[in-house]
Amino acid sequence: MPDQLLFGMEVFLNGLMAGVLYALVALGFVLIYKASGIFNYAQGVMALFAALTLVGIMEGQVPFSHLINAVFGTEVHHFGWHLPAVVGIVLTIVVMVGLAWAVNHLIMRHLVNQEPIILFMATIGLAYFMEGLGDLMWGADIKKLDVGLPQGINTAIDEVTFNAFGYGFFIDNLDIWATIIAIILVIALMIFSQYTKQGRALRAVADDHQAALSVGISLNFIWVLVWSIAGFVALVAGIMWGAKSGVQFSLSLIALKALPVLMLGGFTSIPGAIVGGLIIGVGEKLFEFAIGPMVGGATENWFAYVLALIFLVFRPQGLFGEKIIERV
Amino acid sequence: MSVAEQMTEAPVLDQSEGYVTEDGRKIGAVVMEMKNITLRFGGVVAIKDISFDIREGEIRAIIGPNGAGKSSMLNVISGFYIPQEGEILYKGSKRPQMKPYEVARQGIARTFQNIALFEGMTVLDNVMTGRLNHMKTGMFQQALWKGKAEREEVENREVVEKVIDFLEIQNIRKTPVARLPYGLKKRVELARALAAEPSLLLLDEPMAGMNVEEKEDMSRFILDVNDEFGTTIALIEHDMGVVMDLSDRVVVMDYGKKIGDGTPDEVRNNQDVIDAYLGVAHD
Repeated sequence: MPDQLLFGMEVFLNGLMAGVLYALVALGFVLIYKASGIFNYAQGVMALFAALTLVGIMEGQVPFSHLINAVFGTEVHHFGWHLPAVVGIVLTIVVMVGLAWAVNHLIMRHLVNQEPIILFMATIGLAYFMEGLGDLMWGADIKKLDVGLPQGINTAIDEVTFNAFGYGFFIDNLDIWATIIAIILVIALMIFSQYTKQGRALRAVADDHQAALSVGISLNFIWVLVWSIAGFVALVAGIMWGAKSGVQFSLSLIALKALPVLMLGGFTSIPGAIVGGLIIGVGEKLFEFAIGPMVGGATENWFAYVLALIFLVFRPQGLFGEKIIERV
Repeated sequence: MSVAEQMTEAPVLDQSEGYVTEDGRKIGAVVMEMKNITLRFGGVVAIKDISFDIREGEIRAIIGPNGAGKSSMLNVISGFYIPQEGEILYKGSKRPQMKPYEVARQGIARTFQNIALFEGMTVLDNVMTGRLNHMKTGMFQQALWKGKAEREEVENREVVEKVIDFLEIQNIRKTPVARLPYGLKKRVELARALAAEPSLLLLDEPMAGMNVEEKEDMSRFILDVNDEFGTTIALIEHDMGVVMDLSDRVVVMDYGKKIGDGTPDEVRNNQDVIDAYLGVAHD
């Protein structure tokens, strides 16, 4: 096989893996959008916040240490423990559920029946608040996150492909794990949404608040549940991105990449978020590989958005979005 | 503390009475009593000092001209509005202030004037949501889909299928609600309310916007539901003819006040009611 083609295949595979990470972030958006009609601008920051909290807890960092030291003139920075990843993750989930509760009770509950644009504005405010809070709590330096997932080149794939084609594919172990975890997460979420009482209640709330109330569904409970799940998905995304490129504040910007993913996949579809993520991931890598050199490179920055624009023109509800049914 | 525990123990109502209707149906004790209800929106008085009761097994209608406060009354019963004054007695105990979903969990189901269905879901899923309060298994059991949760789902599905059969909507079971015509949507909404096996069913203008044939169908269903399941029904309706044929007792409202209460015949001959509907010459 010609080298170009083999290299292209490797790029394709790497694109798939990158797409999984986009999909994970997009998934958080879809969940909240489906259940409450809110486009949660803070989803990316939630991923950042979750990752920061996880690192902080695992490394025994004292939260708000700068603030405490400045106010009381003390010198506390560390509790002096190193917790295993599992404990850290469980504690972080607790924090994210608490955050979900706070978001619902302090913000969203007071904005019931408001225009979607107002709710959207509220989530922008939330995004900035959480970014600041994360900074204040855990500091702004780039942190290394190691939850024990294997990293580096997968030697098995490298060997097999080298023996078969005479060219070893470079696939990162972390990406493989991210893919496996994402698949499990998506299946779990789909089962939850389709076959459980709470899942049915969640879809009901998404459709009609009044009707949901009339069959005995507590809106507050469902919203806290949804924000908790979104927080959990954010944590998973935060772990993957954090393990890949360190926990840093630019992490919140990956939320923007989720936008074209959502336009492709549809704001209301979980499978759509996955497929959309994969298409964007593969598309931008292949485009950069094939067309990039002709236009001077750096196409990854804009390819996704242009693709999304094209989709908006021809299929505004996305690939998997709910059909726009209109009875006249 | 659960809602049930909050309710006072001592029965406040006389449970013994009851009556027999003209067509020989036995009407039981009082299920719900509204006592001196007053509801205000700012300076507007929507309901003014109204009292009436609903008895077990009866079809109770609330009628009145536009803007009389009928829908407000229904919303008070179902907990969507909180009255400023008065008290509500349900199954013999005073009902504390409640959220609509808590009222629903007490066994009061309702439909809406402007149809509130879950448009994105199928008919079957919509009706299944009516069973949410009958599902006791927790989230994790549900997610794992084993044993108890599975049995429960099957049991609930049986009730739902019975309701679907009863209302003759088997053929649209898997159709997304958004695709259905108006009359059928109304029927699906009724099915969802019925699936909850309510002890009190509230219908907000069940026949609004229907043609004659659909109205006849709906009337038949309401009568059948009452007959077959013994469901207590309170309904609001514009169409006088329909109301008089359907109901056992009628409350008439006008400008937020109660101007009549009794059997259809009594109400029909009530001078205040005639005035309200036909207008009075002020000379």
